[in-house]
Amino acid sequence: MLAAYVQGIGVLGPGLADWAACAAALRVPGSYHRTGTMIPALAVLPAAERRRAGRVVRVALAVGAEAVAHARADARCLPSVFTSSGGDGDNCHALCETLAGTERLISPTRFHNSVHNAAAGYWGIAYGCTQPCTALCAHDASFGAGLIEALSQLAGGAQAVLLVSYDLDYPPPLRAHRAIGDACAVALLLRSAAAAATATGPRLRVDFTDAPATALTDGALESLRLEIPAARALPLLGVLAGGSGGHAVLDYLEDMRLDVHVDAGAAGEAAP
Amino acid sequence: MTALLLMHYTATSGLGRGCAATLAALEAGRSALQPCRFGTAQLDTQVAQIEGLSQVRLPAPLQAYDCRNNRLAQLALEQDGFDARVRDRAGHWGARRVGVFIGTSTSGILQTEIAYRRRDARTGALPPGFDYQHTHNAFSVTDFVRRRLDLAGPAVTVCTACSSSAKVFPAAQRMISAGLIDAAVVGGVDSLCLTTLYGFHSLQLTAPGPCRPFDAGRDGLSIGEAAAFVLLERSPDSADAADILLLGAGESSDAHHMSSPHPDGRGAASAMQAALTAAGTAPEAVDYINLHGTGTPGNDSAESRAVGALFGSSTPCSSTKGATGHTLAAAGALEAVISALALRTGLMPGGLHTRQLDPSLPLNYLLDNRHARIERVLSNSFGFGGANCALLLARAD
Repeated sequence: MLAAYVQGIGVLGPGLADWAACAAALRVPGSYHRTGTMIPALAVLPAAERRRAGRVVRVALAVGAEAVAHARADARCLPSVFTSSGGDGDNCHALCETLAGTERLISPTRFHNSVHNAAAGYWGIAYGCTQPCTALCAHDASFGAGLIEALSQLAGGAQAVLLVSYDLDYPPPLRAHRAIGDACAVALLLRSAAAAATATGPRLRVDFTDAPATALTDGALESLRLEIPAARALPLLGVLAGGSGGHAVLDYLEDMRLDVHVDAGAAGEAAP
Repeated sequence: MTALLLMHYTATSGLGRGCAATLAALEAGRSALQPCRFGTAQLDTQVAQIEGLSQVRLPAPLQAYDCRNNRLAQLALEQDGFDARVRDRAGHWGARRVGVFIGTSTSGILQTEIAYRRRDARTGALPPGFDYQHTHNAFSVTDFVRRRLDLAGPAVTVCTACSSSAKVFPAAQRMISAGLIDAAVVGGVDSLCLTTLYGFHSLQLTAPGPCRPFDAGRDGLSIGEAAAFVLLERSPDSADAADILLLGAGESSDAHHMSSPHPDGRGAASAMQAALTAAGTAPEAVDYINLHGTGTPGNDSAESRAVGALFGSSTPCSSTKGATGHTLAAAGALEAVISALALRTGLMPGGLHTRQLDPSLPLNYLLDNRHARIERVLSNSFGFGGANCALLLARAD
């Protein structure tokens, strides 16, 4: 059994500008309208890094920053877990195209941006954060894998951990083989359940289960959940948006899912 | 932290298949580096390539996973009876109580590189049979290992470039400590592909000849491929004399630059310090350091400053990348296995290809093999994006 307090939430996705918009959509089934993900500009990075950072970095940093601001935390002090099913598809496509040509003159910036931990690296540079940082991938199970890693870090003694789960659409021709339609990201700032005296907000308890994942009643949100790995977090976000606690089963591996119980915090602080 | 027992381990690299071949090559001072003749690559560099991967066959039900990286994983799992030992322990604990944590950087992207050369001239589509999920995706190798070993516990790929398969050790340790699992298969698998060969070349980080870590004239790294696996369990109260333990792991971020380490080795030093603290070990108690030692001017200089600041200049150390090449995301696990072999046999491998030690790197860098009883080894791994990890391994007796 793993546990944590949720102290900050960040969301960005198709028709979901931030956590407030996401919570509103989750609270009123039928109210969600899917539009293209609006990716905000980066403000935090030094100019040189800002020029080199692709969409994937802007998406991951946007939700990370929202969760940190929501919790009024200091980004420099937070260990972080970045998790993504595919990283930077635009960059991967450009590299493969160049390598298929005759010259093969690939850009050094494209190469260092091709590492799966690029967003994690830019996060550290942006905030001057020297705390441990990891970057994970578990294909469609990437959100669940990130959540378990973050909770394990708290169980191992970390006071707080920032979880950032993000996925971007691939351009053609890879898009035909990995049908992620748009960018989507979810960040949770989780604080140790052992720090109960100071921690506030909803409390999560997470365990493995064989039960099927919780489906969303809103058809468009349910489609989003099934299409983008980071959106597999939506049933949990739905409980958090409700503000009164509850229970959700999240998709994880094909043969294993995550059972999440939420005990509402005083006045449901994590709800906007 | 909770000490873990390396219940079993194996490594396959350019040096050979399995622990005995690896150890024999290290004892003989043999390097696997050869002029690059990999695929269609035309680069003036050397690589440590594993022969015979084209003959490796995956089990029939797992054919969808067929690619160079998973063939390498398959080949490595068959060495040293690793497969059988994992099955034995999974029988003891239950398949669901054994996690899988694998580090890779490029997974099966070679398949995608090849597919991009065979796109439909009219539509640009990739050729039929291309399978993104089971080859290209970074989770492919972890999923393959989990299915190949019939395990059913939690699984994840750690993908922090060249520190990936060092960071799988603390990731597994945390989950064992939290009681979610009883055992873990950790490891690293990274295979040659054009992305890394041309990528490191574009950054002017590949040496034309074999890499020469800590040499005054060092001029870059040499890429290799490898797979290494370790079966970890909680350390028993009474250990065997031959047992090797993971006493501590330390992680940090540079927060400096995407492809260059902090010049003073700030992140490297804090990762090493964190590993010592987690293990409750003083720097003087470390008998040998297996350096990250890539042979790039920047890495070796930053690492030397970090090691010097913590350990002074007397602790014997070396890089084994002159023998194995830099196996990128497999380096952490490969060098953890080399460190375990060092603890077991007393071999501190001398660094190969280094002719003239750089006087500005004042460490006790071994140029020849040394034999002595060693009780504690530190192994360093640092990656792009400033992701650092150090492991502290020790004899149990």
